[in-house]
Amino acid sequence: MSISGQISIRNVCKIYDPEGMNVCAVDNCSVEIAAGEFCVVVGPSGCGKTTLLNAIAGFHSISSGEVYLDGKILCSPDFMTPPGSDRIVVFQNGALFPWYTVEENVTFGPVVQGVMSQSKAKKAASELLGELGLRDISQSYPGELSSGMKRRVEIARALLNDPKVLLLDEPFRAMDALTKGVVHEFLLQVYDKTKKTIFFITHDLEEALFLGSKVVIMTTRPCQVKHLVEVDLPRPRDFKARSSTRYLELKNLVVEAVHEEAKKAFEAGERELA
Amino acid sequence: MTLNIPADNSLPEPVFPIKMSIGTRVWFALRHQITNPSSLKSLFLSASGLILSVFLWFLVTEYFKLPRFEKLPGPLAVWREFISHDPSFGTSIYTVEYYKHIMWSTLRILIAFSIATALGVPIGLFMGWNKVFRDYSFPILELLRPIPVLAWVPLAILMWSGREEPIIFLAFLASFFATVLNTLLGVESIDEVYFRAASCLGAKPRHIFFKVVVPGALPFIFTGLQIGMGVAWFSLVAAEMLSGEYGLGYLIWDSYVLSQYPVIVIAMVTLGLVGFICSAAIRLVGRQLMRWTTRGEA
Repeated sequence: MSISGQISIRNVCKIYDPEGMNVCAVDNCSVEIAAGEFCVVVGPSGCGKTTLLNAIAGFHSISSGEVYLDGKILCSPDFMTPPGSDRIVVFQNGALFPWYTVEENVTFGPVVQGVMSQSKAKKAASELLGELGLRDISQSYPGELSSGMKRRVEIARALLNDPKVLLLDEPFRAMDALTKGVVHEFLLQVYDKTKKTIFFITHDLEEALFLGSKVVIMTTRPCQVKHLVEVDLPRPRDFKARSSTRYLELKNLVVEAVHEEAKKAFEAGERELA
Repeated sequence: MTLNIPADNSLPEPVFPIKMSIGTRVWFALRHQITNPSSLKSLFLSASGLILSVFLWFLVTEYFKLPRFEKLPGPLAVWREFISHDPSFGTSIYTVEYYKHIMWSTLRILIAFSIATALGVPIGLFMGWNKVFRDYSFPILELLRPIPVLAWVPLAILMWSGREEPIIFLAFLASFFATVLNTLLGVESIDEVYFRAASCLGAKPRHIFFKVVVPGALPFIFTGLQIGMGVAWFSLVAAEMLSGEYGLGYLIWDSYVLSQYPVIVIAMVTLGLVGFICSAAIRLVGRQLMRWTTRGEA
């Protein structure tokens, strides 16, 4: 397995211009993500984290700067690579097709790309689902599954395309703490097995430290890099890592910075409303 | 004291939906209806509502003969005529005429509805999918749609020479607009995130059309088809009253002209029944095509 999926975000700015009001969402943001690194971006809600993700995924362009994937340009002010199966997004509210069974959802990518025949894709899907402990539900529809199940299936759907990068946009946002614990471990297992590059967005600092190898803490709008934390907790990690001393040390180190930004974001929101 | 914790804390076996044939499913539904106390109660209430309204109709027309109601045929007169082997006005369940009328109306509806679906669904899908085509055609649709179908009668007669064509055309027209509009709304109702997900997974436009747009719009399409079926019957009856030799609308008008009042009610009740069957058939097909919606609720 060749490890690829190195992302460099260089001096990216994004200015939204709704009704002539210039809103700077991202201001001169640079992040380097090594191939196979689990990078988590933390910042207050509405700070522009998703703008970065959209630029990598190919949903939106940027106003200045460049984004590279394995040294090849992905996105610049006058160029945008359309979305593709090398960078798969797992969306905030989930995007499994409700009209397809789990199996049909998981095989969707390889079949439409024409890289696998229907039967070959089915076989690969059943292998993958079995490996991830999801075999029993392959004939269910997403509407029959719990939110935690759905998210796991969606990650499986992404994996079957063998993407270079997994982009996760607050995927566990609306989950209760117990479900979150389960899907966190699932994602860590997936990461340990595949060593894919992961770009994970969240507003939850604890989640970020628990999952990531590199945690990027963002300022409130306009979004800039405030802190960069290398999380040196050993892998494979399980839920016990959350009570380790190193974890608590790291948390203490950055919790203030995040709180400060959250407060700023809150006050900015108040001002906007006033 | 020891706490009695059961040693076996394994989870119950997961229950997954079993694949059933239509027959088994209908049987299960029926059995559920009969054995479930709450649905038995609602069945009882529906039946009493129906009986009560027929009884009221009997009271005002045949028992008290209230003013304004005295000329109307009562339920007993209608029933006697309906099941008579030798009906005094020539229409009962034993006459061939009765079934000829039903057949003609149903045939016209089938043709009109099929054309409306075959044209309306693709046009609606395309309008929802392609912004240029929507901008181009939506104003035309919105200008034509509010025109009551009856206003089309003279043009329909001028356009089509035969006797059948204008009737079918009018039924088609009503059904067509309902189908196009609902299909269009169906495409618009699809969450943007599914388009994004599909493009991430490497789908080309044709895949997005057939694997996202069509299934995503299906619930709305079937709502549109049901409404379309309803308005098709509505305009069919109006058109049959104006011209025609057979058909339930024609039967109603003809019986009125000939003062055969019980036959009017027979035809009306028949229209209700046939319309209900048509809607139920569409619902059945819809449920078969959209198992994900019904199974998701289970």
